[in-house]
Amino acid sequence: MTSASQTVGGKPQVQQSARSGSISATKWLSRILIYTILIALGITWIFPLYWMVTSSLKDDPQIYTVPPVLIPNPVFWNNFYDAWTRFDFNQAAFNSVFLYSLPVTIFTLISSMIVAYGFAKIPWRGRDALFWVCIATMMLPWQVTMVPLFIIFKNLGWINTYWPFVVPSLFGNAYFIFLLRQFFLSIPEELSDAARIDGASEFGILWRIILPLSKPAIAVVLLFRFLWSWNDYLGPLIYINTEAMQPLALAIYRMRTLALSMGTTAMAYPHLMAVSTLVALPIILIFIFAQRTFIEGISTTGLKG
Amino acid sequence: MAVATAPRRGMTKTERRNQVMGLLFISPWLIGFLLFALFPLVASLYYSMTNYDFIRDPQFIGLANYVRLFTTDPDFWTVMYNTLYYVGFGVPLGIAVAFLIANLLNSDIKGRTLFRSVIYIPSIVPAVCTAMVWLFILNVQYGAINGILKTIGWQTIPFLSSPELAKPSLIMIYVWAQGTAVVIFLAALQDVPRSLYDAALVDGANAWHRFWNVTVPMCTPVILFNFIMGIIAAFQDFTLPFVLTGGGPMKSTEFYVVNLYRNAFVQFSIGKASAMAWILFLIILLFSVILFRTSARWVYYGGEK
Repeated sequence: MTSASQTVGGKPQVQQSARSGSISATKWLSRILIYTILIALGITWIFPLYWMVTSSLKDDPQIYTVPPVLIPNPVFWNNFYDAWTRFDFNQAAFNSVFLYSLPVTIFTLISSMIVAYGFAKIPWRGRDALFWVCIATMMLPWQVTMVPLFIIFKNLGWINTYWPFVVPSLFGNAYFIFLLRQFFLSIPEELSDAARIDGASEFGILWRIILPLSKPAIAVVLLFRFLWSWNDYLGPLIYINTEAMQPLALAIYRMRTLALSMGTTAMAYPHLMAVSTLVALPIILIFIFAQRTFIEGISTTGLKG
Repeated sequence: MAVATAPRRGMTKTERRNQVMGLLFISPWLIGFLLFALFPLVASLYYSMTNYDFIRDPQFIGLANYVRLFTTDPDFWTVMYNTLYYVGFGVPLGIAVAFLIANLLNSDIKGRTLFRSVIYIPSIVPAVCTAMVWLFILNVQYGAINGILKTIGWQTIPFLSSPELAKPSLIMIYVWAQGTAVVIFLAALQDVPRSLYDAALVDGANAWHRFWNVTVPMCTPVILFNFIMGIIAAFQDFTLPFVLTGGGPMKSTEFYVVNLYRNAFVQFSIGKASAMAWILFLIILLFSVILFRTSARWVYYGGEK
């Protein structure tokens, strides 16, 4: 890995010298150093994901040889098909998208927008105090409410359903209420006032004036809420225990558990890498296409991935 | 809240309307807060003082669960040590590495967006997928790293299967997934006024002095933010240790929340699990307060102070 990074690291030097001769020698050296370190870091950081993707394209002899095979040859596509059909991953993908991530994302957006509007755009007594309570709930570790919530949802008969995820999303999420409120505050009050004079209701103002102006904030909410549901593992682990209802994250884990119980974990790696690649791929694609929204969401409010 | 719900007589018609509309708009959050945060919080405190196994009715036993955890519980202190080790080394190391990478990315380089993406993507890929990949890469027999070591004739390293190396291995993966902190730091670095660096240059400060006396102080508020968020998140890390090592070998990676989960949903010791949750809550609160309290000494708030 070191030798590779050094050869690549030498490249900027050539570009640099071609571009201008006015840069001093020390600046030159520091540039080469920075590029070398960055490329070494980049290779280190991407390696696990590279290994995930390439391992899913190898057949068994390529997987288990020393020295490790860096580039799959021949490329072996069967792992994807075998792994996906070995368990009912179609069902799991359907559950992840339509029963979990999409409804939770959409409901969280709608409810959080309504609440944020009440905190940002309507003046009423006690508003700031309750907003502080809302902020404070962000500090509450999930472990504290986990057990009582489980008991509540169990008594409601919601085990092995997606209600424990969908129903709470109807009541807003403190992070997104905060984010949307901050954004709504930056929209000039004159716009709402003008609409009020024209006889618009508060819902009308939210729908017709605030919503179209809040697209960047809405994008952040949609993106991160989807990401969190897609990646959620502990929630399904607690509430879902049938194969027919499990989402993708749980399906991968169960696949490994089964391999472990049959003493074939080692043999299962190509399959595990294949399904991991397929489950990680949507997230990586979303990131590539919505990179700016991601970066904005993190750098303005510190939302975690 | 009673004050807020009852519109006072002294209000004008508009004020009264706003009071009603405001409460109406935030009511989803308020109901959700009462049902899914406040009630479970109180219930959890109650359960922590009972003997409860999901089946028979809870028996009130006062503080016995807490006393037992601190005195006779065979695992509590091991689990606490493991977690403090992970948080104590992982979080500062993660912040240091993230800050250095952000500084490298902030220098005058080409391809910043590409490098940033490479560093950031691991932190949004589903944790179950990254856990599977690391499980494979760090495997003693078939892993890529040991494959490379074997190729150059070195001894293999039992990253996850030795009690001494399991925690450092998990910390390594934790640091690898700190892309969010890098993005936050990078945004903060780009906000540092150029004029400060120019002034430092005029005063003859070299790169090292500029880093220590301009960059670091100007970034201390964000360092504090990342520290607090990092500590809260690291204390609650579940998926990675649960999937990668399941707490082993020899309980060396049995972290607090993994143990809490096991107590609640495997052993059904609800009282003990709830007491653990409250202890964790107080520890996180304590750490946050200490960081905030000491922050006046090391955090520099531009013109605000």
